[in-house]
Amino acid sequence: MEDISLYMLDLVQNSIAAGATIIEISVIEDVQNDKLILSIKDNGRGMDPQMVKKITDPFYTTRTTRRVGLGLAFAEAAAQACDGGIYISSQPGKGTEVRVEFKYHHIDRPPLGRIDQTIAALVACNPSIEFVYTHIAPGGRLRFDSREVQQRLEGLPIDHPDVVEWIREYIGEGIDEISGGGGV
Amino acid sequence: MKSLKELEEIRQRALESVNLRKERNGTRIVVGMGTCGIAAGARPVLLAFLEEVKKRNLQDVIVTQTGCIGMCRFEPMAEVYKPGEDKVTYVKLTPEKVRRIVAEHIVNGRPVTEFTIGAADQQ
Repeated sequence: MEDISLYMLDLVQNSIAAGATIIEISVIEDVQNDKLILSIKDNGRGMDPQMVKKITDPFYTTRTTRRVGLGLAFAEAAAQACDGGIYISSQPGKGTEVRVEFKYHHIDRPPLGRIDQTIAALVACNPSIEFVYTHIAPGGRLRFDSREVQQRLEGLPIDHPDVVEWIREYIGEGIDEISGGGGV
Repeated sequence: MKSLKELEEIRQRALESVNLRKERNGTRIVVGMGTCGIAAGARPVLLAFLEEVKKRNLQDVIVTQTGCIGMCRFEPMAEVYKPGEDKVTYVKLTPEKVRRIVAEHIVNGRPVTEFTIGAADQQ
């Protein structure tokens, strides 16, 4: 994966496969502590502690749940290469939170990439899932909640092409504003 | 900064221009979004489909996603389901190929054979 936005897209697929109806995604640019944190929290079916232990092993897979594969292994390798790591907490029946941490200023830390495209693609393909995206950067804070958008639309589907385009621009411009642009 | 207010305008415009697709029994385009697909470039492919659907104002087409289709070396892949027709599987997609597929297959009904899995298998 080339950038954080693609890890995000990939890891959210696990939440979708776990039957989540609410998926909270956040990116925290904690420059002061030299950390970049990507977090994905869902209300899907969750995992027991044994499964959590095995889940970043690329050769562990469960065909019945399709929750694992290379995705988490890739993310873990990328994070570890940047003096970071991956932290998973999960409870069966409650949900899962995956946190991927990178050293912010590490030379190999992947750029943010097109988070606007990732969120727009996710909403367009999964209109019945609520996505909440929070981005905290030195320049401020962006929050997007697909349910708020849905309410404003009063019946117009959220996956209508004009709405998807609006969501992409809203997030893209919002991130530019708080991160100072440049796709860091 | 964009505001949520703009959504009301979008809503007005959309409601005026269309008979909203209440039941969607038209064409379905399914893009593979497994790790393999994403790493190979599924997101730009998906966005190209969405963009073409928007540009051409195709009312009865939905673009959606699935996980790994199972033939990772052919990613990015997409399957096109048209009512009453066989499924067509496209492989090794790019945004350029997507534009041709939408024009020739989705709109005009002629699958782009050279981009299908059958053609790729013979190579």
